[in-house]
Amino acid sequence: MSKTNHEMDHLKLNELLKNSNIWPTEMGGWQPGVDVSFRGKSLLKDLNHLSWMSLVIYSITGNIPEPKQCELYEGIWVISTSFPDPRLWNNRIATLATNSRSTPVLGISAGIAVSEATIYGHRPLIATIDFLYDVQNKLDQGQNLSDILKALYHSTAPSYSGKGKNRSPAKIPGFGRPITPVDERRKPLLDLAKKCQYHQGKILQLAFDIEQQLKIIAPQLKMNIATLMAALCADQNMSPREFYYFVSLCFSGGILACAIDAETHHEGSFFPMPCNAIRYSGKPRRQWKNM
Amino acid sequence: MTKPEIHSDFWDEDPSPENPFTPSACYCSGYNVYDDLLPNISWVEYLYLMFMKEAPTKQQSTLLNALSVALANPGPRDNSVQAAMSAGAGGSTLASSLIAAIGVGAGNLGGAHEVAIATSCWQKFGTNLLLWQSGFNDFIKQKDGNTSRADVWLPIEHAPGFDPNGTHCAETIIQTLNYLSDISPNNHLAWLREHRTDMEKMTNSPLAMSGVAAAAFVDLGFEPSQAEMLFMLLRLPGAAAHALEQHETGWKDFPFFSDGLQVGVPNS
Repeated sequence: MSKTNHEMDHLKLNELLKNSNIWPTEMGGWQPGVDVSFRGKSLLKDLNHLSWMSLVIYSITGNIPEPKQCELYEGIWVISTSFPDPRLWNNRIATLATNSRSTPVLGISAGIAVSEATIYGHRPLIATIDFLYDVQNKLDQGQNLSDILKALYHSTAPSYSGKGKNRSPAKIPGFGRPITPVDERRKPLLDLAKKCQYHQGKILQLAFDIEQQLKIIAPQLKMNIATLMAALCADQNMSPREFYYFVSLCFSGGILACAIDAETHHEGSFFPMPCNAIRYSGKPRRQWKNM
Repeated sequence: MTKPEIHSDFWDEDPSPENPFTPSACYCSGYNVYDDLLPNISWVEYLYLMFMKEAPTKQQSTLLNALSVALANPGPRDNSVQAAMSAGAGGSTLASSLIAAIGVGAGNLGGAHEVAIATSCWQKFGTNLLLWQSGFNDFIKQKDGNTSRADVWLPIEHAPGFDPNGTHCAETIIQTLNYLSDISPNNHLAWLREHRTDMEKMTNSPLAMSGVAAAAFVDLGFEPSQAEMLFMLLRLPGAAAHALEQHETGWKDFPFFSDGLQVGVPNS
């Protein structure tokens, strides 16, 4: 090994030794029996008046949101992602958990983990805000919206959200929806945005412009709630990663409701399936041969 | 009303005459599980059969068994095992300790997602050192400027299969690589053994267990997603055993780093 590599190893080792004792952080910590600091403020003295959503946003961004921002953020969660429907894939986890008499928290936390899905949930949400910023950047560089969308839609990049080994969010994320193309949440969320006076933001307007263009390029792709959620948060200057953290718990209201409901039902009563519900398409019956 | 169906190309069940919700026989890739496989098959053979839909050869079975032993317990300092122990220390549910181990051990640093990426690299670069060289460079570029759409996964921050914090290849990794190479029916592990030091020079990092595992999974014919799943699964025994131990030991004999937090100090 060259001297440079030896030096690099020495630096790595020093770093490991240093980190084995300390965790420098500006986020905060607990002073046992005294106080809790949270991004430079006292949780118990300075932040104790905050609503839960305000604290969540403060945790993510370091800024305490204005009341109307908070109303918007809470509304996004309430309207967009809190369906108490046990058939939905993430909600089903909590339903199956408590109906199998596991603990609610095991079911709810697994349901939240499962919300990092490809056809719905966190992956398309993050892809959507990134897509909106990307399109806006290209427009700022002088490109034409129709050309941008056509290039994306007709690109050969593989994108299979519904099935297959390499599933990823759609090439034009935030448009199109499984089960139904109609998104019933659109009007209530836009009404809320108007009430909070966030209905004229630049990225929200871009979303509507994209929708207009897609009517010609890909009319089957209707705007879904992910685009509105992402656009409204982009207009609040959230980065894609901040938006990810913001939506990380957004399905919890619906998941919680499903867990509660399934616990009140008879154990094992959630759509039990008979053996012949399995549609087998594999190898024919055969005998094992020991090696 | 449409009859709900589950589609499977490896699992089938015969209903019992008394109750259609109770099976009288279950079949894995055509083999009767409780009549034929139970007395005849080993755990790793059954694992291979479920994933690959065919019985492994003797050599494949021997390799998967050895890999399972190598991965079974990363030890209590490993982040995934420590996560399971943290659940144990606080007296959390046992299920949560395994969820914690999977969640923490799923990542890009020594975790299952790294194994999947490394397995993809083997598929792309094979046994061509030049392709690996340019591939590693691409990963480093990706770290600085990710061009694909933002995702829940951040881009991997180091050469997949190598330990960015390591200074030399651990003896345990070399022992594992040597033994698995000797018994493997394929050539990726052996090629990795032959070129390990070249690749370590390219990446400025020593080979990690994730890299050995990825080569072994490729030698066994597994796809990246299968490798990712198996890596998580095969590392759970150690997490479970350490979590149980910590559950009994309690929170006082578990590191809390009482003086370790430097609040208000920027992360340099």
